[in-house]
Amino acid sequence: MNEPDMVQLLTPTGELRDHPEYSPRIAHLDPDALRGLYRDMVLVRRFDSESTALQRQGELGLFPQSLGQEAAQVGSGRALAPQDYAFPSYREHGVAWTRGLDMADILKQFRGVDHGGWDTEAHNFHLYTLVIGSHTLHATGYAMGIQRDGAVGTGDPQRDAAVVTYFGDGATSQGDTNEAFVFAAVNNAPLVLFCQNNQWAISESTDRQSRVPIVDRGKGFGVPSVRVDGNDVLACYAVTAEALERAHSGNGPTFIEAYTYRMGAHTTSDDPTRYRSSAEEEAWRRRDPIDRLRLHLETTGELPAAFLAELDAEAEAFGERLRRDVRAMDKPPTSTMFEHVYAGAHAVVEAERAWFEQYEASFEVAPEVTR
Amino acid sequence: MSAVPAVERLTLAKAINLGLRAALEEDPKVLLMGEDIGQLGGVFRVTDGLQKDFGPDRVVDTPLAESGIVGTAIGLALRGYRPVCEIQFDGFIFPAFDQITTQLAKVRYRSRGRLSLPVVIRVPYGGGIGAVEHHSESPEVLFAHTAGLRVVTPASPADAFTMIQEAIASPDPVLFFEPKGRYWDKGDVDRGFSYGTATGEGLDRARIARAGTDVTVVAHGPTVATALRAAQAAAADGTSIEVVDLRTLSPLDTATVAASVRRTGRCVVVHEAPVLYGTGAEVAARISEECFYLLEAPVLRVGGFHSPYPVARLEHEYLPSLDRVLDAVDRVLAH
Repeated sequence: MNEPDMVQLLTPTGELRDHPEYSPRIAHLDPDALRGLYRDMVLVRRFDSESTALQRQGELGLFPQSLGQEAAQVGSGRALAPQDYAFPSYREHGVAWTRGLDMADILKQFRGVDHGGWDTEAHNFHLYTLVIGSHTLHATGYAMGIQRDGAVGTGDPQRDAAVVTYFGDGATSQGDTNEAFVFAAVNNAPLVLFCQNNQWAISESTDRQSRVPIVDRGKGFGVPSVRVDGNDVLACYAVTAEALERAHSGNGPTFIEAYTYRMGAHTTSDDPTRYRSSAEEEAWRRRDPIDRLRLHLETTGELPAAFLAELDAEAEAFGERLRRDVRAMDKPPTSTMFEHVYAGAHAVVEAERAWFEQYEASFEVAPEVTR
Repeated sequence: MSAVPAVERLTLAKAINLGLRAALEEDPKVLLMGEDIGQLGGVFRVTDGLQKDFGPDRVVDTPLAESGIVGTAIGLALRGYRPVCEIQFDGFIFPAFDQITTQLAKVRYRSRGRLSLPVVIRVPYGGGIGAVEHHSESPEVLFAHTAGLRVVTPASPADAFTMIQEAIASPDPVLFFEPKGRYWDKGDVDRGFSYGTATGEGLDRARIARAGTDVTVVAHGPTVATALRAAQAAAADGTSIEVVDLRTLSPLDTATVAASVRRTGRCVVVHEAPVLYGTGAEVAARISEECFYLLEAPVLRVGGFHSPYPVARLEHEYLPSLDRVLDAVDRVLAH
């Protein structure tokens, strides 16, 4: 299999590489901005480790780590304009961070107190979707709505909008994802199809999903496609910025394959030792997305000790707040089971709610009677 | 002085066409999407002439992918549109089953009411048209079983005209099952109904299609006409049948059915879909709960058999016919 070119702007040892097409897209990122990306990734990783610990303590039922994918998520997420909209899968904690979510809200679902957890429209960040690939079609439809609103190709950077949808290598096998490519292509929809190829769909390696490099699939749909080093936050930022510019200006969808690695387990219920080698994991650890930006900033002398100390304290406080917020999430009242099934009254729901209320009330016996 | 609403004699297909047109005219956010619905006007011509008048961005010929149609409709609804999807035939809805049941039905609940998906999915359903495999099925109960969806089916042109507009106006997702075998049946339609007054709340009630005193026959969609013919035939023999047209399967208007059965003491449920786990089973269970001491006979069901929909040359034996309805009526009267 001929491996396709991969856009890389920052090597694993932290050296900047010049790329005629993509380097200009990060030229405006000054040391402050780079430290900002570093801070994003460090805090997202802290979210990951705190959440994993909370699951181990029995505070969460399950947690899917984004460990190792911070650059792909933060780099792409930071390229979005406020009016752009993101449709995540369920591992996009780094994108959620860039969209300004209260990160504790993400954990409501994994604590079993909510199926969603946040106000999607306040953040232009849709709810997590657990059925693989389904949301890629929602993203496409949303982008078709943006077209009908006349919010593409106006040249007004405050107005032109686009959609980015996140999915994994496994999702490229789903019918819905392929249909999303078809609908996006024939409608020339302002959409960025962002695939994080993290090499593993639970226990299945990418060669169980495709005989060709995943990026090559875009060609057949007529969608411009690019493979990017998904552990290079600057390259991820640059290719997403280019794709968004194409979408905003009315030139249609782009497919990005971010070549990365799921350094952790699929979820806290998974055991990767059953299907992959520690040598492979070690090789990817040497390509750690956070390390390479740190090395770069250290080499250029832009990572002062005061900044690191401050970030360390911030991460500690962030972790403490997460732990406190999660533990404070109580079981919702049983009556909420019957709420928002429909917009208005539904005879069956109303009847069942009424029956259940009187059934529960029947246990509320005065204490002296039970004694 | 208000104008007297015009009553027109229309086919059921034309009534839906005019209802869609009214919604497209009144609400710029309404759009139609489906396979061959544009220039061709749909394989049943239900969308005839609409693309010409509203353009290809509002009457959209989609790629041939049902999951894609419903999935993108969900996205359009999240952006504030009111998509009306056409699934070409009942048996072709299954590629979209996942989007309908795991996504469309649940987004309001998952978002605790923050997000609304006012999507209508029009499905020509039922048999009797001599079609090939997958073109004559009645899968409505599969959707009625899923919380979050409204499932309705008109039986007359008059209902088709108002109900399609109510469905589009509803803030909930609506599965709108159209009895394709009755597309060309004519009836009087009150054109005075206006989309602007539709709220979606008009979808919750069954109707008494014919009053009677001896037996309640409950039907929906294509079997309402069969039930009405049975009632006419039985009347000649001195039996008075009351026909209840359910109109909606979710919610199920148990109150109207139970009120009728309390009067007659006998109930037969008729539908084209297989009897096993069908609408008849649900109606029978609810009637036995609510009318047990007033029942003179067990509730009987007349419907499709537990076989795949048969070849066209056998469909008239498979479908609930006038005679099979009358046979069931005789059996409940024999108790």
